[in-house]
Amino acid sequence: MNSTLAERPLEAPLAIGDLQMRRSWRGTKSQLMVGMMFVAFLVILVPLVAVIGTVVTRGGGIVFRDFPDWFTSEIPVRRRAVGPGMGPAIVGTLLIVMFASLLAIPLGILGAVYLHEYGGQSRPAQVIRFLSNVMTGVPSIVMGLFVYVVFTINFGLAGVGGSLALACLMLPVVIRSTEEMLRLVPGHLREASYALGTRKGRTIATIVLPSALPGVVSGCLLAVARAAGETAPLLFTIGFVTKVNTNLFDGPNTTLSYQIFKNASETLAGPQERGWGAAFTLVAITFIFTVIARLVTASYQKRR
Amino acid sequence: MTDLSTHSLDSPPDLRGSGGNADRAFRGTSYLAGGTVLLVLGLITFTMISRSTDALSHMGLDFFTSKRWNPPGESYGILSYIWGTVFTALIALCISVPLSLGIALFITQVAPSWLKKAMTYVIDLLAVVPSVVFGLWGVLVLSKNIKGFYGWLSSTFDGVPILGTFFGDNPQGRSFFTAGIILAVMITPIVVSLSREVIETTPSFEKEAALALGATRWEMIRGSVLPHSKGGLVGAVMLGLGRAMGETIAVALVIGSATGQITLNALAPGNSMPAVITAEWGEADSLKKSALIAMAMTLFVMTIIVNVIATSVVNRSMKKSRGV
Repeated sequence: MNSTLAERPLEAPLAIGDLQMRRSWRGTKSQLMVGMMFVAFLVILVPLVAVIGTVVTRGGGIVFRDFPDWFTSEIPVRRRAVGPGMGPAIVGTLLIVMFASLLAIPLGILGAVYLHEYGGQSRPAQVIRFLSNVMTGVPSIVMGLFVYVVFTINFGLAGVGGSLALACLMLPVVIRSTEEMLRLVPGHLREASYALGTRKGRTIATIVLPSALPGVVSGCLLAVARAAGETAPLLFTIGFVTKVNTNLFDGPNTTLSYQIFKNASETLAGPQERGWGAAFTLVAITFIFTVIARLVTASYQKRR
Repeated sequence: MTDLSTHSLDSPPDLRGSGGNADRAFRGTSYLAGGTVLLVLGLITFTMISRSTDALSHMGLDFFTSKRWNPPGESYGILSYIWGTVFTALIALCISVPLSLGIALFITQVAPSWLKKAMTYVIDLLAVVPSVVFGLWGVLVLSKNIKGFYGWLSSTFDGVPILGTFFGDNPQGRSFFTAGIILAVMITPIVVSLSREVIETTPSFEKEAALALGATRWEMIRGSVLPHSKGGLVGAVMLGLGRAMGETIAVALVIGSATGQITLNALAPGNSMPAVITAEWGEADSLKKSALIAMAMTLFVMTIIVNVIATSVVNRSMKKSRGV
């Protein structure tokens, strides 16, 4: 035994290179395809960097040039006027999105609880799960017209109409992400709770939801970030103002996304500048939400 | 022991405890919340149909088959807008599908875990940029700078059979193609994340088997991963198509708003259904509003069909690969 081991020349072990593929067309082709895959990633980076770069340089320039007036002053009544003011749009965006979240997040979480904890694989649950997937694909403009028909025609232009439309868009997203998270809660937690005599509803409220909470929160924050950027459903439902309107239930309102859209079709420098500034502000808001969502998920994963 | 013996057997102790009503209430609320989805979708269908009857009875089938959209003359034919919606979405798919597939394969099969994380993060970043910001960039930056490139495309492919039609004469900065590019950027994150989910269901033993037989990485992907996830990938692409058809604001800004355009020339300006609704809603009278709602209903039906097929395709392939 010992002798055979010693006889083996130690200076030339079987190199990993010898086991690898010989330089051949097959190996080259594989590397070529992998290279192309990476190139695809680089290609999609180009528009991302271009968009974010322009928004930051042009929009950021405007926002910081007019700091802090940008955040506080009203939108100029004369469209061609140069200078700051997105205060009403910032307030409008935050209020409308907040109210939409207030509607959609509790409903969505409860809906997901139904789907995963009560419904399971039963027929009605499967139908609702399927429809909620379908609802994710309903174009946002259809949602806007729907709210226009059922709400705006009867009650007039108001921020709450926009909130309703955004809530309809958020609902299936919240349901879906929450259900994914509920699926990750281990079954033995539930069983332990039942074994102690806890009722199902109480188990869900005190055991299942809290342990899924970080994931649920991060899913909801992503839905909020998406909603903040929506424009199409707001075109028919909230109207337009140049002054701050803090009452969602009375009178028209405005948002950053709407202001970007309006100013994007202008040819003059003043409104275009406001468009870029609004874009910077909106992107900053959505990024903050996304980053918070990431941090929540990351802290959760670390804790585990 | 004495306690038990004194307890009358006629009335067994109630072991259920308190809280039964709260429990039932909680269950009821969650049922209702699940039902909201049904309610909203039902209401959408109902309101869309009831509001669009005016225009549909006024126009009849011409609504779908005519390309004459002339509101003052009360003629509303949406064929050219249907074409614009489908054409831009298809252009977007042609650009986005190869890119998305490449990225998804790279992330799942090639990248080491740190790079995987970074790339996923970047792709997710793309998904959170609001569509109106893409629109702003598209109209103020892209459409102005790309006109020269379009001119070059148009003159280079002049006379070439298929590409010559596709990159036709008189290129415009705001055109089907610009809309297609913007849409492609916007749907790529969705297609990538869905494809990744599908691809990751490939059992690792199939991949390892391929590698053990001496397959290169690409041969492993072609032989094990792609055949396994083909159905799911089709579904992912279709979900991207549905998203592209419904996208409104970015397209409205860059498509060029030209009426009656049914052409294969991707460099010509045109219009799509959501873009028309956005642009013409403001000054619409009641018949025109009805026509626009009928257009929205058409869009709704088209996207629903695409999404239903896509969702069932994805579900089926996921189920199959999980072996259920």
